[in-house]
Amino acid sequence: MQQAPRNTIEKIRDSHRVLNDDGSDLLYVDRHYLHEGSHHAFARMREAGRQLRHPELTFGVADHYAPSSSTRATDVTGTMISRLRRNAADFGIDSFDIGDPRRGIVHVAMPEQGLTLPGMTIVCGDSHTATHGAFGAFAFGIGASEVAHVMATQCLWQKPTPVMRIDVTGQLQQGTTAKDLALAIIGRIGTGGATGHAVEYGGSAITALSMEERMTLCNMTIEMGARSGLVPPDEVTFDWLKGRPLAPSGPAWDSALSHWRTLTPDEGARYDRRFEMQAAEVAPMVTWGTSPEHVAPVNGRVPEDADPDALGYMGLIAGMPVEGLGVDRAFIGSCTNGRLRDLQAAANVLKGRRVAVPLLVSPGSDAVARAAEDSGIADIFRNAGAEWGASGCSLCVGMNGDQVAPGERCASTSNRNFRGRQGPGARTHLMSPEMVAAAAVTGRITDARTLLQEELPA
Amino acid sequence: MKPITTLCGAAAALPLGNVDTDQIIPARFMSRSRSEGYGEQCFHDLRFDGAGRPHSDFALNALPRPPAVLVAGDNFGCGSSREAAVYALLDYGVQAVVSSSFADIFRSNAGKNGLLTIQLAEAELSRILAALKADPGKDAEVDLPAQTLRIGEMETMTFDIDAGLKHRLLNGLDDLSATLQNEDQIATFEGRYFANAPWVRPDPRS
Ligand code: SF4
Repeated sequence: MQQAPRNTIEKIRDSHRVLNDDGSDLLYVDRHYLHEGSHHAFARMREAGRQLRHPELTFGVADHYAPSSSTRATDVTGTMISRLRRNAADFGIDSFDIGDPRRGIVHVAMPEQGLTLPGMTIVCGDSHTATHGAFGAFAFGIGASEVAHVMATQCLWQKPTPVMRIDVTGQLQQGTTAKDLALAIIGRIGTGGATGHAVEYGGSAITALSMEERMTLCNMTIEMGARSGLVPPDEVTFDWLKGRPLAPSGPAWDSALSHWRTLTPDEGARYDRRFEMQAAEVAPMVTWGTSPEHVAPVNGRVPEDADPDALGYMGLIAGMPVEGLGVDRAFIGSCTNGRLRDLQAAANVLKGRRVAVPLLVSPGSDAVARAAEDSGIADIFRNAGAEWGASGCSLCVGMNGDQVAPGERCASTSNRNFRGRQGPGARTHLMSPEMVAAAAVTGRITDARTLLQEELPA
Repeated sequence: MKPITTLCGAAAALPLGNVDTDQIIPARFMSRSRSEGYGEQCFHDLRFDGAGRPHSDFALNALPRPPAVLVAGDNFGCGSSREAAVYALLDYGVQAVVSSSFADIFRSNAGKNGLLTIQLAEAELSRILAALKADPGKDAEVDLPAQTLRIGEMETMTFDIDAGLKHRLLNGLDDLSATLQNEDQIATFEGRYFANAPWVRPDPRS
């Protein structure tokens, strides 16, 4: 009997199903990533006297509490990092500690090392694990109970996730990015638009994206309510992975590659939900409120029917234009937009200019930081008057010493504009790296395309 | 995990949509251990101002004690995967959350810690929110075996729940013990899987 056509997620699920019990799959996990926040799960393992089933498939990294500047390190950042160090050592896990050249934000560093591979199941106690779906992996965030479960069994119970297909055709316009695309999709379908689903992306605009851009898009997929986002692997994926330190090599690479080539969705594959849009409709986007769906094009306005609570928190008025709104500071970094291409894009705007408000740049990993130093990008930031910090989650989340002060407005490349995300009372406006750079230069929300077209002051 | 059959207590409304995990438990409290508890930190920045004084306009602050049944707007628990959001609600005193939709990971975390998530149709939810707005702290009762929810004098409502989850909640079972009984099948799977795809194991070179 011929098998029914399958989408990529179904293919991955089928090859990882250990057993099915009453509609739930026990799925085998290929990669388990840990960070300082995994302390709850380690505590449970200790209490129960359990060992990790596969420490060699488990990797840790210090990122959430890694201070971007030693002057902002606190007791808590030190405690959390050393707790991870001790847990990793006790349980025999390779963990990228402060000073390890492989260290970075988990969703930046693990792909760089070649640990994230197509067709894999990847989990981490972090919702933005969806990022790894950019490589054609089925990757999703889990809570502490599930982290402990994977530690002990290398497996996870999952109901078959319905799959939503998002097709984006055409071409992104000059000056618009994967971040704008992600925000535009969230603006259309809402933060609940993909709830309970795994998203599989397709269409000409998606295959045209670089690996970095695919990571940005899959990263933000969680903000659509989805648990994971995935781009089927192709030559772009394979080229990016080849030669990475922990990726397969030699004959193992060839055999992996022949498997990876089978992962594209079959002709006629079934999807539980669909959404389509044209890439050309995407403009540079800016969030105005306290949810990623509170978003508008830079040349648009805060909606007339905007949520009054969000407006109150953000200190805005319904109907006001987005462009021109003053900001107090700016942040470039995070697992959404902390990769070399993101820094390069921001540097293109900053080159030969000065920042008008404090700009903190935290590269997504130490490898990104080194590459930015080597290529002169770091100097462009420094010369523009930005602070060039150490890599880590930094100002994406107010828990590592970096915070936005109450009431301050921050232009940020991160992924969440929730109340208090960057610190109590902080007001976050999400946008692309070039848009944040433009806001830092003018001190106002500005269409970066106008700066890029302008002749530079001599 | 304690088995759950029926829950009784006061119900109160948090009439906000998209209540995210940063609001349920701000990230800066995430370094706490489970035994330290998270009850004081639940909804911290909504409950308290910068000086630690209770906000008078936060609905739950007007109640004599935290509600056992919390009724909230749609997409409750969106955002991060932090299970501490569930610990915080439980430690605060919430035993069931009612909404028209929940974020995926939050719902899964809730089930694993014995916090009931009750999903109702939007129209039903709006009726409850309106009733609780007029009269906060109405007594509520959840009957898990019967899958019913009663709030004050309102008509009893029924809700759906996954059969497996219901079984685990009623019996206070966790997934891990069940999985460990399938140890043989995991080992068999691994034998076949790694023979076919040895490259899944990372290849340390250099
Ligand atoms: S950069 Fe932000 S979103 Fe990404 S892992 Fe760190 S805290 Fe989470």
